[in-house]
Amino acid sequence: MGLASFGEQLTGTSTGDWRGARGRGRSPLRRDHARTALIFLSPWLLGMIGLTLGPMVYSLYLAFTKYNLLSPPRFIGVQNFHDLVADSRFRTSVVVTIRYVLLSVPVVLIVSMVVALLMNAAIRFITGYRALFYLPSLLGASVAIATLWRMIWGDSGLIPNALSKIGIHHGSFIGDPKTALYTIVSLNAWAFGSTMIIFLAGLRQVSKELLEAAAVDGASRLRRFWHVTLPSISPLIFFSVVMDTLHAFQAFTGAYVTTGGGPADTTLFYTLYLYEKGFAELNMGYAAAMAWLLVLGLAAITGGLFFSSRYWVHYGE
Amino acid sequence: MTTATSTRVAAPAIQRVIRPAKNRLAIAVIRHSLLIIVLILMLYPLLWMLAASFRPNNEIFTHLGIWSKNYTIANYVNGLHGGGTINFSRYFLNSVIIAALSVAGNLLSCTLAAYTFARLEFPLKRVAFGLLLATLLLPYHVTLVPQYIMFNKLHWINTFLPLVVPKFLATDAFFIFLMVQFIRSLPHELDYAARIDGAGHWGIFTRIIVPLSLPAIGTMALFTFIWTWNDFLGPLLYLSKNSLWTVPLGLNSFLDSTGGESSYGALFAMATLSLAPLVAVFIAFQRLLLEGIATSGLK
Repeated sequence: MGLASFGEQLTGTSTGDWRGARGRGRSPLRRDHARTALIFLSPWLLGMIGLTLGPMVYSLYLAFTKYNLLSPPRFIGVQNFHDLVADSRFRTSVVVTIRYVLLSVPVVLIVSMVVALLMNAAIRFITGYRALFYLPSLLGASVAIATLWRMIWGDSGLIPNALSKIGIHHGSFIGDPKTALYTIVSLNAWAFGSTMIIFLAGLRQVSKELLEAAAVDGASRLRRFWHVTLPSISPLIFFSVVMDTLHAFQAFTGAYVTTGGGPADTTLFYTLYLYEKGFAELNMGYAAAMAWLLVLGLAAITGGLFFSSRYWVHYGE
Repeated sequence: MTTATSTRVAAPAIQRVIRPAKNRLAIAVIRHSLLIIVLILMLYPLLWMLAASFRPNNEIFTHLGIWSKNYTIANYVNGLHGGGTINFSRYFLNSVIIAALSVAGNLLSCTLAAYTFARLEFPLKRVAFGLLLATLLLPYHVTLVPQYIMFNKLHWINTFLPLVVPKFLATDAFFIFLMVQFIRSLPHELDYAARIDGAGHWGIFTRIIVPLSLPAIGTMALFTFIWTWNDFLGPLLYLSKNSLWTVPLGLNSFLDSTGGESSYGALFAMATLSLAPLVAVFIAFQRLLLEGIATSGLK
């Protein structure tokens, strides 16, 4: 599947080939197209060159330099990458981030699917449910909720407090290296609503005829789900896996505010370490090298997911 | 933007053949109970925060429940007019300014770019569109460092410009894509009719395309507002001067500076207040928001 069809997946609409009008000569407006296009597109072009492509190239250069904003960048070859390999905190941040992604993405997907299935069958009150389940994902990315999370899992917070009432004395879950990462996983999981809404929209489009036919043929509920429903919505699942994975790798606010990367670096997310290196220590070259490694890593992961999609994602019938 | 959610009657009929009515009722009860239990678990922290924001400080962490006899608005007063360096009324104003400018910037630049991609033919269009798609998946960290260096050289640190100017340059590729898809679904005949009436591209854009695209434009405005209102990393990088802080920066700093439990009430009050615009937007535009997610995958 190419990027363009994935893009159409993003918007859920398929309006055909976007190059459709090309070369048919049917538009009376074509003569002045190019000039108007240049004018209309100039903000985007400026942004693309000045804020995306240019900076990307510049940061690729910076990755091979030592630069602290004060004196000019000094070319040091692959020294930054050597240092990264030897940097135990960097390795920690990679492991922490991968653990976080592997924990939080499946949790969100599974919870979303279960709730969407429950709601799909329970037609009554569905708009109310939909709205209330969505609310947390509207708020979840905010500092206010990250703050609340500290009040819930932290010292004398809501949950340690409640647990102590039933005789379990745990203390702060945020201060405990064994549980700190899970508090952030729970923050992400709490905001599963938007993924659930995407799944629910997909479930409503699953062909009733196919489900009926399967039921008539004696397929059990589970088999109907596995052989009809899941393949039908596999493009949406794929979309969510890709987007949620990319987002999870770039998670920042929750960890920065709730745990600050601690205790003992157990929640030192990749982006947190990048921020620390780049903007607290002003080690711009090192941060740029980290950023490019992230781009390459995510490109590889996204590529791998796209490759795997051949085997489990079904488009159209 | 619209999904056809046609519900057919046949499926329940089949199920009725398979299971007896009594069973179905029991299953429905179980389903709704499960949903309600999950909902209560999810929403309880929010209710608890709301309640805590009206509680005297000494009650907040000792009470797990929602009800109190001593509700007070003192926390809100303290938070908004609190002493020291924390000044939330200022932060709210800053957040509103940045969000409003960001919405304006995205509306202008993204719709123009989308119209161009959807309706005009020009050289290198395929390349340009390919670039647009590629940036959808690009992690923004790769531009973070060089952008910071650039804005630093331009002396834009401690101004709103690094947060707002990119919006006027259509850097949110996702919205362009959403709009392109929407505009492509509009019939070309309207453009031709306008052309015959003497309208140029600008006229077609402002008088035909924009009015017909209002649902997509509305979705874009809503999500731009939500994202910029919640944005933390951007302001954290570019706004170090206290008088320029946005609400998230204020909350974060408040959280770090609160010594004992003496000012948690005010923290809860300001956190609650910071969520109020989001909840208001949600209540007012629920349908648009939920449809935007269901049909386009925006989050």
